[in-house]
Amino acid sequence: MSASLQKGINALKEVIDAPIASYFNSCVHCGLCAEACLFYLETGDVKYTPIHKLEPLRRVYEQEYTLLGRLGKMVGLSKAVTDDELEEWKELVYDSCTMCGRCSMVCPVGNDIVYMVRKLREGMAVSGHAPDGIKGATKRTVEIGGPMGLKWPAVANVIKKAEAATGETINVDKPDVDYLVLLSSMEIVNFPEYLEALVKIFKKAGISFTLASDAFEATNAGIQIGASDIAKVIVSRIVNSAEKLKVKYVLSPECGHAYMAIRWEGPNLIGRPYNFQVVHVLELLDDLRKKGVLKMKDKFKDPLILHDPCQIVRRGGVLESPEPLIQAVAENYIPIVDKQKMNWCCGGGGGASAIHTDEAEALRAKAFRIKKRQIEEAGVDTMVTFCANCRIVIEEGIDHYEMNTKLLGLTELLAEHLED
Amino acid sequence: MNDMQFLTWVRGTGLDIAVGIFVLGVLWRLIEIYSLGRKKDLSPPREAAGASGWHTIFRRSVPPPGMVKRSPVSYIGGYTFHIGLAIVVFLFAPHILLIKDLTGLSWPALPSQFIDLATVVTMAAMVVVLFDRINKPVKRYLSTFGDWFTWTLTFLPLLTGWLAVHHLLLPYTWMLALHILSVELLLIFLPFTKLFHAFTVFGSRWYIGKINGHRGVPV
Repeated sequence: MSASLQKGINALKEVIDAPIASYFNSCVHCGLCAEACLFYLETGDVKYTPIHKLEPLRRVYEQEYTLLGRLGKMVGLSKAVTDDELEEWKELVYDSCTMCGRCSMVCPVGNDIVYMVRKLREGMAVSGHAPDGIKGATKRTVEIGGPMGLKWPAVANVIKKAEAATGETINVDKPDVDYLVLLSSMEIVNFPEYLEALVKIFKKAGISFTLASDAFEATNAGIQIGASDIAKVIVSRIVNSAEKLKVKYVLSPECGHAYMAIRWEGPNLIGRPYNFQVVHVLELLDDLRKKGVLKMKDKFKDPLILHDPCQIVRRGGVLESPEPLIQAVAENYIPIVDKQKMNWCCGGGGGASAIHTDEAEALRAKAFRIKKRQIEEAGVDTMVTFCANCRIVIEEGIDHYEMNTKLLGLTELLAEHLED
Repeated sequence: MNDMQFLTWVRGTGLDIAVGIFVLGVLWRLIEIYSLGRKKDLSPPREAAGASGWHTIFRRSVPPPGMVKRSPVSYIGGYTFHIGLAIVVFLFAPHILLIKDLTGLSWPALPSQFIDLATVVTMAAMVVVLFDRINKPVKRYLSTFGDWFTWTLTFLPLLTGWLAVHHLLLPYTWMLALHILSVELLLIFLPFTKLFHAFTVFGSRWYIGKINGHRGVPV
């Protein structure tokens, strides 16, 4: 056994807990999880059945933590996990799993399959079986600061533009303000309007905020690849900066995995609760709406549907904010059938959008057909979402299928129609 | 060994062995699984109505929106044979007598004609889900020896019980003894096969409800 494989197996042994043991013992092979997986449904390939993606983890569990499994291993009935096998599983654990967690919603015995995929990735990453695309993003985040290799000057540039557009001064590294605002690289590069929107809304609400030059990146590639030690380093940048600046709140951007990383995984990674609260931008906006601060001058007229990002809604628990917000700004909001916590993934979460092999891209395009159908069945030309990564993936899908769907970010849409 | 000796053995020594393995096996497996524990979640929880382990234990008995349509056989067949099994095992007069002998607990029985019907329906549902397992690519792909084996272990007590009641195939004493033996095999293997979901299903649902409920998501 190679040293890296041994490390991977050890990592898996480390993450196996009572929930995982309970889940594996409860599985009755009913296959219903496949009916909730966009990769199975759009390809019809049985290997994409979610519970099957966990086979290496299941065998390590059985061989290490059950009496019968240990006996089976001793007499050679149960074969050990190999490097070849993990390499084969790479596609199942990363390319074809966006950790959207829809399978976990339908399992009749209550198996939290996405919880287990997250844990399996710990072993995959340590043993060197993560895809190159995510490895690269992780390396850039650790060494440079963000998954796309952006440095502070790029952010400073966006700040300068937002200042020019709004006529407001934007604080940098200012202590004792209400909010530390985080961005995701995607927003910095592709959707700089997000910061402008925030400036407008914060001014209206009389909330003070700052950006931090040593902690602007909210995403966490360490979590996507499944390396908790790296994830801890990345999240610590934000925690240290926020606690140094003594802010009351850290504002998670629209980006889904960023929210999962900073709000839910962060305290567990660093081993203690924070001295500040983490708020998702939609939670803040909905709060302002309830207080009457978020008044609209007019409404968006075209019929539109909402795409609920998995990590914010289904997995992050921001369930009740998106709909009232979209209803506040859109005249013709059409609720779709599978919405909110039952929504379908864009097909590129969990790091999948960073994998640029031909196979992975072709698979993503296929998986996107489920989103395409949702748009077509609703008969709309506009879709609104609130995750920068979803936006990129959906825009790729729209281009791929040459659809003329307009995709909007919710925060920007709100800012655009905000009363002056 | 004649028929009476066989019946006496399965009712005496055989039952003792089976119940002993079952009880110790269940205890062992529960300890093996749940003593692994889990780390405390240090993130501050979000409160939400209906988001807890207990809620999910009940909620997961109801199919999520749209799922019955996607896999009707799994749901209709699954409900039928689980409910049917419960009726046949716990509401047939001779079974209640046996439980009374063992534990002192007792409750009213259903008429035997009804139990007869329930048995036939349960067996039919089991045959249907077996065909579904063979027929549906995902189920066939996931299936291992354990799936066919546990199906047989569950089906045999139903079949032999029904044959015994109707005095079919073999003399009553033989069939009754085989019926009891088949139940003993089921008890012996239950803790060590996927049939153990009968116990862990509650733990699994509780965990998923608790873990997601912490984030304010009723799952």
